[in-house]
Amino acid sequence: MTYPKPDFAEAAPVAAPVKASVAVPPPAAAKNPGGGGLGRRAGAVVAAVLPPTLTVLVIMALWQGLSGDSYEGLPSPSRIWLESKELIVDPFYDRGGVDKGLFWHVLTSLKRVAFGFSISAVVGIGLGVLVGANRWAHRGLDPIFQVLRTVPPLAWLPISLAAFHEANPSALFVIFVTSIWPIVINTAVGVRNIPEDYRNVARVLRLSPIEYFFKILLPATTPYIFTGLRIGVGMSWLAIVASEMLLGGVGVGFFIWDQYNASRISDIVVALAWVGLTGFALDRIVALLGRIVSRGDAAS
Amino acid sequence: MGKAYLSIENLGVTFGHGAGASEVLRGVELQVAKGEFVSIIGHSGCGKSTLLNVVAGLVPASTGAVILDREAVSAPGPERAVVFQNHSLLPWLSVRENVQLAVDKVFAGKKSAAERRDWTLHNLDLVKMTHARDKRPSEISGGMKQRVGIARALAMQPKVLLLDEPFGALDALTRAHLQDSVMEIQASLNNTVLMVTHDVDEAVLLSDRIVMMTNGPRATIGEVRPVDLVRPRDRLAVAEDASYVHARAAVIEFLYARRAA
Repeated sequence: MTYPKPDFAEAAPVAAPVKASVAVPPPAAAKNPGGGGLGRRAGAVVAAVLPPTLTVLVIMALWQGLSGDSYEGLPSPSRIWLESKELIVDPFYDRGGVDKGLFWHVLTSLKRVAFGFSISAVVGIGLGVLVGANRWAHRGLDPIFQVLRTVPPLAWLPISLAAFHEANPSALFVIFVTSIWPIVINTAVGVRNIPEDYRNVARVLRLSPIEYFFKILLPATTPYIFTGLRIGVGMSWLAIVASEMLLGGVGVGFFIWDQYNASRISDIVVALAWVGLTGFALDRIVALLGRIVSRGDAAS
Repeated sequence: MGKAYLSIENLGVTFGHGAGASEVLRGVELQVAKGEFVSIIGHSGCGKSTLLNVVAGLVPASTGAVILDREAVSAPGPERAVVFQNHSLLPWLSVRENVQLAVDKVFAGKKSAAERRDWTLHNLDLVKMTHARDKRPSEISGGMKQRVGIARALAMQPKVLLLDEPFGALDALTRAHLQDSVMEIQASLNNTVLMVTHDVDEAVLLSDRIVMMTNGPRATIGEVRPVDLVRPRDRLAVAEDASYVHARAAVIEFLYARRAA
């Protein structure tokens, strides 16, 4: 729960657009504000994109300089480009079996995450509401959750393999059991932190339990739920890559392990870039969803 | 008083049990007539907010009872609408939706959807907040939030309106504006109002009677002072009025000379 809370920043109230009362505005006046706005926007994009691009270039240059052209150890960027050009340029190729572009491996992993994470989101929010709202459920379940959440994802794998006998349900279970705890815990904290005032409003209005759930509890807890979901989706991405390494078959985790066995370290570096960027995208998508759902007004 | 509209009878409130129990209120007796504006004033910690919460039904009475319009109060309900000190608007709803939530709940089955919408807007109009009806609470000032809180309470058509230090968190100018608004609304709707405050001038200006509480623990009503000022009251005119000055002096004398905290 030390994860940075998604900033549901309030969009600054936009000044009402000035109505064009003049039929034909003078050309100069019409051009200038548009050009200025475009310039500002381009400036913002440059400010956001330029520093990380420069950082990446500096790291690549250092990397290149340090590793040289030796064939020992970590390959340099130029060698990665030479050896894994096809993998970088064409992520969509498919030659049957497991000889596919990275896009397909990532897609398989993403499907598993989508499925496992959906289950853990639904169950996690439900359990979180229960634990947050009911004192006895909290006393009975919270200590168990606190212990289970510290179990590393891979430690669950042998047990789930023993239980399910198959790779796919085992992977799903590992995702579920890894990502559910932050969702449960954050939801429960959110429910417990619903201000007394909101509850009093509900009591004065005599809202029914169902009305209370949908009109007060859920909206008041949304920012907490999405904090949990954001941590959870990150953890399930960690879990899927790790468990695919051991389960084999398809998926980006398997791909990395397979290339390691084939001593194709360059391909692994490319795959790592894919894994990182995909995890980043997942995080941003959940954060964006959170902003949309809470309509940018989590804080009063 | 005969048949009082709101009657608080031998009310006592004790929090906790056994050795850790603290008796907050004891033997509170108060009768409020229909259409009367009564203020409860006292030092902080004297249990005046607890008293209001018992009338609201948010805190249960340990002894005695609260009777409103011949019915004993046992739980919160919209016929005893509360304006909370910190407005307690729901931040994810717009100003209009905050009032609409209460209207939809209280008048479900009694008014049509269109009537409920009109009633919501009518109440926002009453507190002069129609212009901000689509804004979120975070986009409006503290005084405006409190106006919306008042609109929400009024929209429930309560038998008694409970105000819990409604202007406490506001600056002096905003507070004066809101006090005038409350007086205007009370004059036109003739609400029965029970208000908790720690502001002597506010109590004297708004009230028909001022209930002065002794200091806690085991607080009770020390004195009740009627305010014989004709309505409508103008804050500038009454300041010179002899009965205003007397009432004010009596309350201050009670609070600071006899019950100094």
